[in-house]
Amino acid sequence: MTDNLSKLRERALAQIREGTTPEKIEEARVAFLGKKGELTAMLKSMKDLSAEERPRFGQAVNELRDEIERAIEEAQGAMKRTMRDAQLAAETLDVTLPAGRMQIGHPHPNTLARKEIERIFIGMGYEVVSSTEIEKDYYNFEALNIPADHPAKDEQDTFYLGGEFLLRTQTSGAQVHEMEKGRIPIKMISPGRVFRSDEVDATHSPTFHQVEGLLIDKGITFADLKGTLAVFAREFFGEDTKVKFRPHHFPFTEPSAEMDVSCYKCKGAGCRFCKGSGWIEILGCGMVHPHVLEMSGVDPDTYTGFAFGLGLERLALLKYEIEDMRLLYENDIRFLNQF
Amino acid sequence: MNASMSWLKAYVPELDVSDTEFTDAMTLSGTKVEGYERRDKNLERIVVGKILRIEAHPDAEKLVVCRVDVGDAATRFDVEHENGIVQIVTGAKNMREGDLVPVVLAGGRVAGGHDGAPMPKEGMAIRAGKLRGVTSNGMMCSIEELGSTRDFYPEQPEDGLYIFQKDADVRPGDDAVEALGLHDTVFEFEITSNRVDCYAMTGVAREAAATFGKKLVLPDESVHETEENCSDYISVEVSDPDLCTRYCGRVCTDITIAPSPEWMQRRLSSCGIRPINNLVDITNYVMLEYGQPMHAFDLATVAGKKIIVRRASDGDRFVTLDGQERTLDKDVLMICDAEKEIGIAGIMGGENSMITEGVKTVLFEAATFNGPNIRKSSKRIGLRTDSSSFFEKGLDPANAEAAINRACHLVEELQCGRVTKGIVEVCAPLPPQKKIVFDPEKINALLGTDIEKEQMLAYFEPLGIGYDEPSNELLIPSFRQDLNALCDIAEEVVRFFGYDKTPTTLPSSQVSSGKRTMQMEVEDSLKEIAKAAGFSEAYSYSFESARVFDKLRLAPDAPERQAIRIVNPLGEDFSIMRTIPLNGVLSSLSVNYNRRNKSVKLFECGNVYLPKSLPLTQLPDERMMLTLGFYTEDASGKTGEAFFALKGVVEEMLSHLGISSVSYEVSERAYLHPGRQAQVRTGDTPIAYLGELHPDVCEAYEIGARTFVAVIDIASLMPYASFERTYAPLARFPAVTRDISMTVPKTVTHAALEEMIRQRGGKLLESVSLFDIYEGAQIGEGLKSMAYALSFRDASRTLSDEDVAGAMKKILNGLETLGAKLRT
Repeated sequence: MTDNLSKLRERALAQIREGTTPEKIEEARVAFLGKKGELTAMLKSMKDLSAEERPRFGQAVNELRDEIERAIEEAQGAMKRTMRDAQLAAETLDVTLPAGRMQIGHPHPNTLARKEIERIFIGMGYEVVSSTEIEKDYYNFEALNIPADHPAKDEQDTFYLGGEFLLRTQTSGAQVHEMEKGRIPIKMISPGRVFRSDEVDATHSPTFHQVEGLLIDKGITFADLKGTLAVFAREFFGEDTKVKFRPHHFPFTEPSAEMDVSCYKCKGAGCRFCKGSGWIEILGCGMVHPHVLEMSGVDPDTYTGFAFGLGLERLALLKYEIEDMRLLYENDIRFLNQF
Repeated sequence: MNASMSWLKAYVPELDVSDTEFTDAMTLSGTKVEGYERRDKNLERIVVGKILRIEAHPDAEKLVVCRVDVGDAATRFDVEHENGIVQIVTGAKNMREGDLVPVVLAGGRVAGGHDGAPMPKEGMAIRAGKLRGVTSNGMMCSIEELGSTRDFYPEQPEDGLYIFQKDADVRPGDDAVEALGLHDTVFEFEITSNRVDCYAMTGVAREAAATFGKKLVLPDESVHETEENCSDYISVEVSDPDLCTRYCGRVCTDITIAPSPEWMQRRLSSCGIRPINNLVDITNYVMLEYGQPMHAFDLATVAGKKIIVRRASDGDRFVTLDGQERTLDKDVLMICDAEKEIGIAGIMGGENSMITEGVKTVLFEAATFNGPNIRKSSKRIGLRTDSSSFFEKGLDPANAEAAINRACHLVEELQCGRVTKGIVEVCAPLPPQKKIVFDPEKINALLGTDIEKEQMLAYFEPLGIGYDEPSNELLIPSFRQDLNALCDIAEEVVRFFGYDKTPTTLPSSQVSSGKRTMQMEVEDSLKEIAKAAGFSEAYSYSFESARVFDKLRLAPDAPERQAIRIVNPLGEDFSIMRTIPLNGVLSSLSVNYNRRNKSVKLFECGNVYLPKSLPLTQLPDERMMLTLGFYTEDASGKTGEAFFALKGVVEEMLSHLGISSVSYEVSERAYLHPGRQAQVRTGDTPIAYLGELHPDVCEAYEIGARTFVAVIDIASLMPYASFERTYAPLARFPAVTRDISMTVPKTVTHAALEEMIRQRGGKLLESVSLFDIYEGAQIGEGLKSMAYALSFRDASRTLSDEDVAGAMKKILNGLETLGAKLRT
């Protein structure tokens, strides 16, 4: 019997060694270790052995079973590694081939500029409010100290819709609406679309966007206006941005100013962006005119405030170095894809 | 507004600053300098030369050789000469021996050629050389070569060299640029509309004097009158005092028309006004000096010794002094004599009363006309003049008298006539002296400064603002129409204290939380999803052409055609406020398609404007719409996959806004494909629609590819939108799944089948998903095969087969009522 066992061992190990595919190995397993396999048959024949022989023979059979199982496992493992190596080798990519670009869309530069401005002022505690694009004459002009005969009211600047209705020419009416709500302090910005009767060219559009700002409280000063807008300019154009305030005139603020920022392109040295001056005009601002406060129901003896207005397109054109305003309203995908 | 430094120095003689210093300081004190130009730019080595001899050129018929005495300039500039005499070859013909001319010596530079072509930026260098073999050491110049024109130097002949006038005080070797008054800088100012006084030389000069702390010397207005009375020559009547608050007239006799003196011509030309003759130049000069337009009538043409200021009648015709016939109306103010109209007030005089060479007696007019009326009249007539643009701003009545006296002073100074005694005028009561209570503390409180009262008063003095100490009132000069309240005074203080020196602080206002409105958050979150889905953001105009409605195939009575019209549009293409948001995106898609950009996806977030009544009697409904649109050239367009891709984007958006119960219904929009469009609702509220664009509309927009659009009505979904979320526990017990495959009539929609399954499925039914749809011959005519995967789950236990059997039976029975036959 022991003889048979050692012959069986040799045959089994040889068959496993020669097995070249997982199927061949499996055949060997079935042939020797399966229910009807040779080793199983040997175990069954043990009943013919004497009681003294039986345990020794049983141990030998079990040892052989373990040995065959280990051999099968090793053979399978080796074969799997070979196959995986072959698979990996076959799957090698040329990683320099062009990428399959993710088709995500792009924001409009106006929106980028608006969100950036909103972020800065929300950080300073300002509320963002909206106001209508079609407006009554009163809110666009009269309540802002622009008298009935003012040239700004001429048809050459304003689109009229009949009666007292018009397309607002500035977001400043939002100031009046906010003051009329009667809640003070007011800290708000109001971005929105405005309209002027300008023919389309590289620097004009009959539709554009402004952001209005208004702060009203006790003891607000011109110095506060300067400080607030200086913070804005540094946030928007970069930490080393300088600001310059120049006297100007707006009917609804007094004193009024225009703010220039040091040219972010040449850092004030003078270049084609700032037309050699080192400065770029950014926005108009001023202390809210007491008459405007009064008309909107705010007591000018108790409260003061400042207001400012800036043009989104202007900022977008400057920031992204876009030379022609028409590009903003054409929506050519090759333009939009750059933002 | 332009002003030359030399003219400003006439009023601020001590002013001695560089062009850049002047620019910076004036800008910071509120008189913004937009730019400046040196008139002697590129003029180098230009001297006065005396032509001693003119000889024929030995080898050129058209050239002559001149011996020109340039005094010591030849030595100064090291040019080849003989006792200060240089040789110059020229083709000019208009000079004679003895003439004095401007000469550019070799090594110098002139502004440009004499042909009047645009000046080269760097000018033209002049070198010594030989012309047809004869040495030439310079060039004699025309006024064009010196960067100016005959308009401003009328003595320059039409062709040839500039020749100094016989009485010119120049000698060979003198600086010719100096002699011609070209060492000067012309500044361009941006004057704000409130500073009417600064549209005048004297106004800008006052600002310059205050800015640099120099003395202001105002013009001389004194007149030595004759014994004759002005009122014997003329009387004035104003019929429409609302349009003419002041009318001043003065009469000058014994007029001699001649060119005005050189200094006056130079100053006018530096401001771009062409010198004509002494009388016309005086009126223009005073207009620029005082900001008060003047007019001069030939008194011989004024009938009845009378001036009447009154409105014209509708349809009147009148020939202005430029020879044009103008049509008038009853709102145009006219200057008339006893018989006829002789001028359009404030705009232009009449041909019938204009000054001619033979004039003997002149009536000067300086008036204050109503600004808005002049502006509107000038627009209606279509004639805007220097004069009308001054009046438009609204002038100070006090200025009229000062200006007319100044003009008469100049008549005497220029010796072109005699001034009669007195002035005839009609004048509404002049406004009283304006006073503002001086409150330095309040000014400092507004500015955030700490400026001494005395310092403030020191700023006011050079501006002509007086101070009455007993009453503590500031006395505002009449020309400062912009100073009316303390805040205006605060601006005067901060202008001269320095905007830059004012402290920079942050408001000590109470802390507040910054935020945006819910609708802004919704808009921005929808934009983010649109971008994630591959759509890029477009901006388009809010106004468009009414033809858009035809392009979109809207019926003639479609409610969308009820749009708000712009009264004064830029053109038909921009004449109505959009009521449908599609045109902007479709037009942009069209631009892209026609530029051969592949598979473009755009979105726009913008308002439509829905009138509540027409014409408008109340503000319209401005509704924010998100419009998505794309064209596709691949098969997904034809199969309809593109539709479902877009539907997927819409679903994602609505789901992101927490809107779960959404239904898609067949709709009938004329601009969409009749079989490929859906109305989206939550409950009964329409919140969106989508579909394939009707091929006719594609054609109208010249988009040669299938196009799909979706519109989300943000205003209508706002009541349902929410970013609130609550957590639902994750399932711990396994689901039981069942598949149903059936044939149904083609007319039965997925929505109907799904609703039936959900309705009958009971609370154990967790999800229903369509996994196969098929139409084909083997299914049968008019039928389609639909297959759904159903999933049942209980949150508290594992379900058994029996648990779902009941629900399945109900579902199958329900489906049968819809005509479904189970496939096995």
